[in-house]
Amino acid sequence: MKNILSSEQIALGIRRRVFEHCIKNNGAYLSQACSSAEQLAWLYNEALHLGDSIAPSIPDEFQGVPSVSNKNYKTGAGYNGPNTKDYDRLIFAPAHYALVAYATLIEVGRMSDEGLSMFNKDGSSVEIIGAEHSPGMEMHNGTLGIGLSTAAGIAYGRKLNNEKGETCVFMSDGELQEGQIWEAIQASVYYKLDNLWAIIDVNEQQVDGAMADVLDIGDINKKINSFGAKCIEIDGHDIDAMRQAKNEKHDGRPLIILARTSPYKGMDFLKTRFPRLHYVRFKSEDERNKMNKEISKELGIDPIIY
Amino acid sequence: MTEIVNKPYGASFKKYASQNKNILCLSGDLTSSCEVDIFRDEYPKQFVSMGMAEQNMMSFAGGLAMSGFTPFIHTFGVFAYRRPYDQLLASIAYPRRRVRIMGFLPGITTPAGMTHQAIEDIAVMRTIPNMTVIETGDATEVESICEQADSVDGPVYCRILRGGVPRLFDSPLKIGQIRILNSGSDILLITSGICTEEALRARASLINQGISILHLHIHTFKPFNEDKILDLISNIKLGVITMENHLVNGGLGTTIAEIISKHGLSKKLIKLGLQDTFAHGGSKQYLTKYYGFDAYALINSIEKFIGQKLNIEEQDLEKVRIENVHSLSKAEAL
Repeated sequence: MKNILSSEQIALGIRRRVFEHCIKNNGAYLSQACSSAEQLAWLYNEALHLGDSIAPSIPDEFQGVPSVSNKNYKTGAGYNGPNTKDYDRLIFAPAHYALVAYATLIEVGRMSDEGLSMFNKDGSSVEIIGAEHSPGMEMHNGTLGIGLSTAAGIAYGRKLNNEKGETCVFMSDGELQEGQIWEAIQASVYYKLDNLWAIIDVNEQQVDGAMADVLDIGDINKKINSFGAKCIEIDGHDIDAMRQAKNEKHDGRPLIILARTSPYKGMDFLKTRFPRLHYVRFKSEDERNKMNKEISKELGIDPIIY
Repeated sequence: MTEIVNKPYGASFKKYASQNKNILCLSGDLTSSCEVDIFRDEYPKQFVSMGMAEQNMMSFAGGLAMSGFTPFIHTFGVFAYRRPYDQLLASIAYPRRRVRIMGFLPGITTPAGMTHQAIEDIAVMRTIPNMTVIETGDATEVESICEQADSVDGPVYCRILRGGVPRLFDSPLKIGQIRILNSGSDILLITSGICTEEALRARASLINQGISILHLHIHTFKPFNEDKILDLISNIKLGVITMENHLVNGGLGTTIAEIISKHGLSKKLIKLGLQDTFAHGGSKQYLTKYYGFDAYALINSIEKFIGQKLNIEEQDLEKVRIENVHSLSKAEAL
């Protein structure tokens, strides 16, 4: 499904939506919108071959966890269209980016505005950390590092089934600290899973602060390449660069795109909070006002009324 | 003389999986150790070598199930939950993936010590929502485990016996069923896994002792057949003895204790097994004796219940079946 808007316009819409939510709710995963807006806009608007959403535009209430007796159970994958042989499948690995994912679904017309008003409300499926049943999600990724392995398993199965569709993982760089990621790359290279690809939001941030100060992981491009995957490093705010990277040949091996990003792209005023950007909660009413005024200006909107 | 079946798992898995093409045989670098080497060689397209990377193996298996396949994971029991516990929950248990986890070397059936001995696997697995938990106790049960595990719409963990396995039962394992091996009314003896064979060593000595023992063999830990057990416990005179190749906390003994307390039954319970201790490496015979869950420990427990000595000496018990460490039926790797 192609949106009538350009990916750049969608990215701006994502930032505005997440910012508005942050001001109104006195906090949000805001820096993640800054770093990943272009990637998510591009994935949904251009890169992924997805069918129309088959999920309700206004998300269902929480329908219970999977169990033998829960007949109503559904994951949130329906927002990404039907799961058929030819369509791509998206695994959304960093569940903490959920708010950005929901904003994206709204911007590309897969979920209605009301979806975001259900965010983090008791009894809602639009959870703060994306759950399997949350819009756009298909599995729990709140425990970081399991997404790529799962996608590798799906891609392996799809190869056996001769399916045309690819399996894509949206990831973040913090999870590269988990050993499982490297096990997953190892296995997907060994099994030549060229129907698997990932784009990693390399914003160099984690909960405790800048990754370089928490646990530096060194030259990830070199590491991934030496593990045998095709790794390409780009400016993660440059959509043209994404298009080119995706077109790179990677026969017989998975493609991993490192999207180098800034955690305050489009909201320079956020720099004042560096290096604690994982979750932005205002320290005072004064800070909230100031952020509202300054960042609204950067985003080209009127200050948010709250 | 008990029939010993050589590598019943290897043969029965091959038979079952070769007829079900959506089954994928996963192995965590323990292919011959889990008796699936012949299957690998004959059906390479259905075999997925995962190497020594259990975290990836669990999530990868979840992904395979998401694309319509049924992975049978082959590894030692310990490696299926200790290291990749998080992945087991998030990638397999929560989403109820049709993944069958075949855990070899249950409890102290390995001389390889603490790192290889799955002594709390049942405790862990039975507390995980959506998980089905089965333990095999003889060759017939091992032969029927693939078909039974695969009949479950959700994840299954199985304790598998390998190598030379005794045939104790004529009828195949049916999930949820409880086997009654001896009827009686004084003491209820409940055993599982290798402890059933061990308990049977005491059978001949207990005849003509004036005690009547109701002996049950349990293979399905979850879903547990509570109704049936409740009825049998209620009608027993002296009390209950459980005997398990596992910690007494969290496994069979605890399951029975939960039922007794839930229903307010006034019955004594003696739990034989590993008493809140790790084990070390050694033979099955040595370890069950050392840690007090061999046939003689069972006799001692019965004596406690009846309050008198039975005049049975250790040498009166049926001979222990000694496994030849270097026999052909033994996999080469620990």
